[in-house]
Amino acid sequence: MTAVLSLEQVSKQFPGVKALDNVSLTVAAGEIHALLGENGAGKSTLMKILCGIHQPDEGTIRLDGEPRRFTSYRDACATGVGIVFQEFSLVPWLSVVDNIFLGREPRNRLGLIRHAQMRAEANALFDRLEIDIDPEISVHRLSVADQQFVEIAKALSLNARVLVLDEPTAPLTPSEVERLFRIMRRLREDGVAMVFISHHLEEIFQICDRITVLRDGTYVDSCRVADTDHDALVEMMIGRRVENIFPPRQARAANSPLLLTAEIGLKQTDHTDSITLHRGEILGFAGLVGSGRSEFAMALIGAYPTRVAQIRLDGADVTFRSPADALDAGIGMLPEDRKRQGLILPFSCADNITLNHLGQFYRPAPFISRKQEAETVDAAMDQVRVKAPSAQTPVASLSGGNQQKVVIARWLDRGCRILIFDEPTRGIDVGAKAEIYTLMKRLAAQGIAIIMISSELPEITGLCDRVLVFSHGRIVAELADEAIEADTIMRHAVTEPRRNDVSHSVTEDA
Amino acid sequence: MSDATPSAAVAAPRRQRRSRWQRLLHSPMFFPLLGFIAVFIIMSLVNDRFLDLGNIQNVIRQGSVIGIIAVGMSFAIFTGGIDLSVGPVMALSGTIMAGLMAAGWPAPVAIAAGLCLGSAFGAFNGFCVAFGRMPPIIVTLATMGAAHGLALLYTGGYPISGLPSWFSWFGRGTLAGIQLPILIMLLTYAIAYVVLHHTPFGRYVYAVGGNEEATRLTGIRVPRTKMLVYTISGLTAAIAGLVITSRLMSGQPGIGEGFELDAIAAVVLGGAAIAGGRGVVLGTLVGAMLLAMLNNGLNLMGVSSYLQDVIKGGIILLAVYIGRGRDA
Repeated sequence: MTAVLSLEQVSKQFPGVKALDNVSLTVAAGEIHALLGENGAGKSTLMKILCGIHQPDEGTIRLDGEPRRFTSYRDACATGVGIVFQEFSLVPWLSVVDNIFLGREPRNRLGLIRHAQMRAEANALFDRLEIDIDPEISVHRLSVADQQFVEIAKALSLNARVLVLDEPTAPLTPSEVERLFRIMRRLREDGVAMVFISHHLEEIFQICDRITVLRDGTYVDSCRVADTDHDALVEMMIGRRVENIFPPRQARAANSPLLLTAEIGLKQTDHTDSITLHRGEILGFAGLVGSGRSEFAMALIGAYPTRVAQIRLDGADVTFRSPADALDAGIGMLPEDRKRQGLILPFSCADNITLNHLGQFYRPAPFISRKQEAETVDAAMDQVRVKAPSAQTPVASLSGGNQQKVVIARWLDRGCRILIFDEPTRGIDVGAKAEIYTLMKRLAAQGIAIIMISSELPEITGLCDRVLVFSHGRIVAELADEAIEADTIMRHAVTEPRRNDVSHSVTEDA
Repeated sequence: MSDATPSAAVAAPRRQRRSRWQRLLHSPMFFPLLGFIAVFIIMSLVNDRFLDLGNIQNVIRQGSVIGIIAVGMSFAIFTGGIDLSVGPVMALSGTIMAGLMAAGWPAPVAIAAGLCLGSAFGAFNGFCVAFGRMPPIIVTLATMGAAHGLALLYTGGYPISGLPSWFSWFGRGTLAGIQLPILIMLLTYAIAYVVLHHTPFGRYVYAVGGNEEATRLTGIRVPRTKMLVYTISGLTAAIAGLVITSRLMSGQPGIGEGFELDAIAAVVLGGAAIAGGRGVVLGTLVGAMLLAMLNNGLNLMGVSSYLQDVIKGGIILLAVYIGRGRDA
């Protein structure tokens, strides 16, 4: 086995945190190497060091045995390291071929771009990958999967011998994941070394050869996939047996009163789905990423265009034209993407938290009492345990988990009857997760109805009273109490809904 | 940044001192004030007439029209927008006031009509931006031309004179020894400060500029906020129209050309982020006064007006360079 790439005892210090401490990683030619670890374990930092975005404080990177020091991303690309980021770096309005050769277009003697050559090279790449993409098509018209394949082609066009794939399967459907794996197997035959990051252990067992596990910025172990199993990997990642971090399930007050019914059909679809929600209930929206869970929730609060939206709240018909209307009726939402949809980044923690209930601090009417505001904010921050020097700290300087807690704190004093949590624990550590689960249970016990959208099955099974499974934009199953099991949910989530399958008639089949 | 602290006992007071210093350093006002003080010292050194109490009042008064317009511009820029129509809206409001007074309307009614017209123009801008979802730079570019044309149409291209003599009070009068344009400007800033920092609407202005999507999803009525912002911008342009019409004692349809650029410069010099979400209205006041001081000082030094423009341009670039990428 010849190591193409090896990182030896790499350390990296960021202000206040040791992101990586003595981490090593060796990848051989024709090997798919899984890099595993919880959020914040240091995977992304390691990958950024590998491709020259960060420089290591200590340790060496060797490529074909030669010590290398990448000073920039460009530098790393030029030496044969390619990376496909989670967030794609394609220019949406340029064509596929223009994207692949962006910044290094072949020129003729007059300095003009040689289109024919570019097209021919792109086609050759696609042939090698056995994918069928028109190189002249504008990138924004491609599916997410195809865009990812273009990213891979772009990396290969630089003669990448090491290819890093950072959670490539997250936005893909199961059949697209299969296509991706086919491409990865082809590249493996060609001798390309790949580093594969994924949170789905099944995928790792399906495609990878070896595994390296990181935990809290330290190296735990490397092993062959064949020599390990699911439980052993989880234990390596977490460092202990998985304890139950979910609060004990209480018998839900039977027949708790109905709070909301909604029948919603999104614009540009020809079907409608309906949901019911009871007081004090935690209703889960399960399904794969892109299965339409968030869109449904957004449509519910008037933030997504609908064709049909019949909503009855507490027995009265209501219409929500905007999230502000929904909020007036007592429905609030914590969106999925906290940076883009949740936080006002230039604001302090305090200003972020009080933004949607400033009216509580009137003294007199249109003027806000800063003092009163500060007291409430301190209480809210204590309640969700935001770790910040003070309430006036700019929210941009907090870690992801603490930022998420700030977004959650915004809703604590808002007095909502219904709260929608879209991926509430994404990017936060285990301890903070447990706190958020307890908090959600407490809110539910107060009679607040909660809709939780989550891709993490343990979260759904551990917390929800009832679960709706989404697939391809539709609700395909409803599960309650004992029927809420991970494999049942997964089975429904990957099932393509039958056409003309009106409403959720599959309710009983679990 | 993170230096080692020998012991907790020593660290505590030190950290407090640093945080106060850092708060000042990180305030959007820091560099504007620094620049203001620097220019002030330079101007008073190179010419002895500059520090005259009379001259200083003149500087502030000369800056007051741009200063008042820049209040509305601040609101627009804090939301991440812009209002290019302020100059012609000012001229239009002023000429309407003059025209109605010349036609024999009582002055208070004429003034109120002018202020309403300016606000209505701003509200139209706001409607297009908020509900028509058009980019503010294009909307206000279009209405800038339209307002200019309307002012010329209304007056037939000629200045309107024959205003009641007491009307000159707003532009030339004094109250308690202070020139009225200065008082009007300070009052405008005081109100804007209270609105921006002590009312929910003010918080929404910054929130929209900081992250419009998040603001909308959290349940704030973003379109309503934007509509009000551009209405305020129209209103402050009309107030400036009142001051300038009174000062000149005639309704000038063509006045105010290029004022939008000076107002934008004042906001940016005041430390605001052009992308929105950051800035303070008192910074804008400092920025407007900085510009006025440059105009006055360079005039006193006998610098040609062509060269003045070059110098002002250079200073704006320098200010933006210093302020770029600073934390809130």
